[in-house]
Amino acid sequence: MCAKPIKDDAKAKVGTTGHSWDGIEELNTPLPRWWLWTFYLTILFAIGYTIAYPAWPLIYGATPGVLGSSTRADVDADIQHFDALNAPIKAQLVAADLTAIEGDDALKAYALAAGKSLFATNCAPCHGSGAAGVQGLGYPNLLDNDWLYGGTIDAIYTTITHGVRNTVDPDARNVGIYMPAWSDKASGPLADMATAKLSADQIGQVVHYVLKLSGQTAHEAKATAGAQLFKDNCVACHGEDGKGNRDLGAPNLTDAIWLYGGDEVTLTKTLTEGRGGVMPSWGYASASSTARLTEADIRAVAVYVHSLGGGE
Amino acid sequence: MAFLDKHKIIEKNASILLVLSLLVVLIGGLVQIVPLFYLQNTIETVQGMRPYTPLELAGRDIYIREGCYVCHSQMIRPMRDEVERYGHYSLAAESMYDHPFQWGSKRTGPDLARVGGKYSNAWHVDHLSNPEAIVPESVMPKYAFLATSPLDPQFIADEMKTHRMVGVPYTDDQIANAKADFVAQDAPDGDASGLLGRYGAKVTVADFDGKPGVSEMDALVAYLQMLGTLVDFSTFTPDASR
Repeated sequence: MCAKPIKDDAKAKVGTTGHSWDGIEELNTPLPRWWLWTFYLTILFAIGYTIAYPAWPLIYGATPGVLGSSTRADVDADIQHFDALNAPIKAQLVAADLTAIEGDDALKAYALAAGKSLFATNCAPCHGSGAAGVQGLGYPNLLDNDWLYGGTIDAIYTTITHGVRNTVDPDARNVGIYMPAWSDKASGPLADMATAKLSADQIGQVVHYVLKLSGQTAHEAKATAGAQLFKDNCVACHGEDGKGNRDLGAPNLTDAIWLYGGDEVTLTKTLTEGRGGVMPSWGYASASSTARLTEADIRAVAVYVHSLGGGE
Repeated sequence: MAFLDKHKIIEKNASILLVLSLLVVLIGGLVQIVPLFYLQNTIETVQGMRPYTPLELAGRDIYIREGCYVCHSQMIRPMRDEVERYGHYSLAAESMYDHPFQWGSKRTGPDLARVGGKYSNAWHVDHLSNPEAIVPESVMPKYAFLATSPLDPQFIADEMKTHRMVGVPYTDDQIANAKADFVAQDAPDGDASGLLGRYGAKVTVADFDGKPGVSEMDALVAYLQMLGTLVDFSTFTPDASR
């Protein structure tokens, strides 16, 4: 049932389209006036828009539009605006002595905030969003007070600027220095620096000596045999006492903090296959590229990372 | 109106309607597409762009095969937040040897347009093998099988020829040495002078996955490490008229 009565006069008022299907006719009701005017307005708007903004392709280029709108100019202006706002504090950050930044409240507040967001973008993929690193895969934990290259603000700054063992920056830390693959079956670049070729048994002995060094349960006889091998091959980097050497990025083997793992299986893998973690250079600019981070940015990250760790 | 009455002819003849609709769609399409081919400022002039090396090209195929573009874009838009995070906004010239382009349309993961050189090769291998191990909050699938899938350059020269047919300027020399270059880029101890001579000294030569032989992992990492690193921005001045 129709709720509304059918208006009899509709046909007389608007007429029909002349279409007729089995006697059913189509009323020629005009479009609502508001709809029609909105439709005409959208056409007018479109014409105005193509005049105001870049639109029509011509022979040599598109019409630029009378407003001179340009996305690239806009983003440049936007970046310049914020750069100008940050410029004074960044200039202060660059001019300040690294060790003095943390004593200056305004500088420190800026460096921590900027450093945190830069860390999230650039550093978190390896070191984790909480800076805890990835234990077992060699991505160092930055929260503890155990440092491969030193945990002072200066040392952290240098590490961030040049990175570690990357092929880009000539000043990168530890270029050509790594944990060699000691196995007599090893080949490839990591095997080159080994001063000796050790058999699987010999590697097992060294592993047990390292287990003993770090205060873990070790096979006494193997550890004793490993001591001599350690003395012959490992002390150059890890030191007589196994406490490591920061100049060479050699980790301390006597504590419970491990980059790749301190259990027998992982130590055996480390000795057999070698290790050579890489960190990118964030401050190196080649002839054809700019540095990934500016000096001010690197300082901000250094202050942030220094604030996380043990604070040497 | 007499004109509108003629419309009846179109309405009553499906074939005429079809032909005329095609004509209208063609005009619309041509107006949008044709200018991109002849306008001087469609692709800006930059220095440093080169065709992809055979290994990078193979890596790009794996990128497409695994559907990386579904979750990762390669298009840094000209907005301050994107430029601050990812680097210089993407240029048309940077996709000019991409057939098809990999701009993507969705970012479940981050944009990859300038991921080249941002992380170490080892990081890429670790991350592709098990993303969650490194980024616990990641939802990216594991691609560990790439490291155990050897890659055969059997058809790489043919593929380069195909790319040349659609406009990538591979030289005869590059195509003739495709297989040699393919292997050379993955062998840091070998002689890569031929490869560097053909593609430029900036090509990264490394054992990307740290294992002997060329695997799909090697190719994909080689491709990723090249992304966004080609254009020489020291000689590029943005044209504000676009």
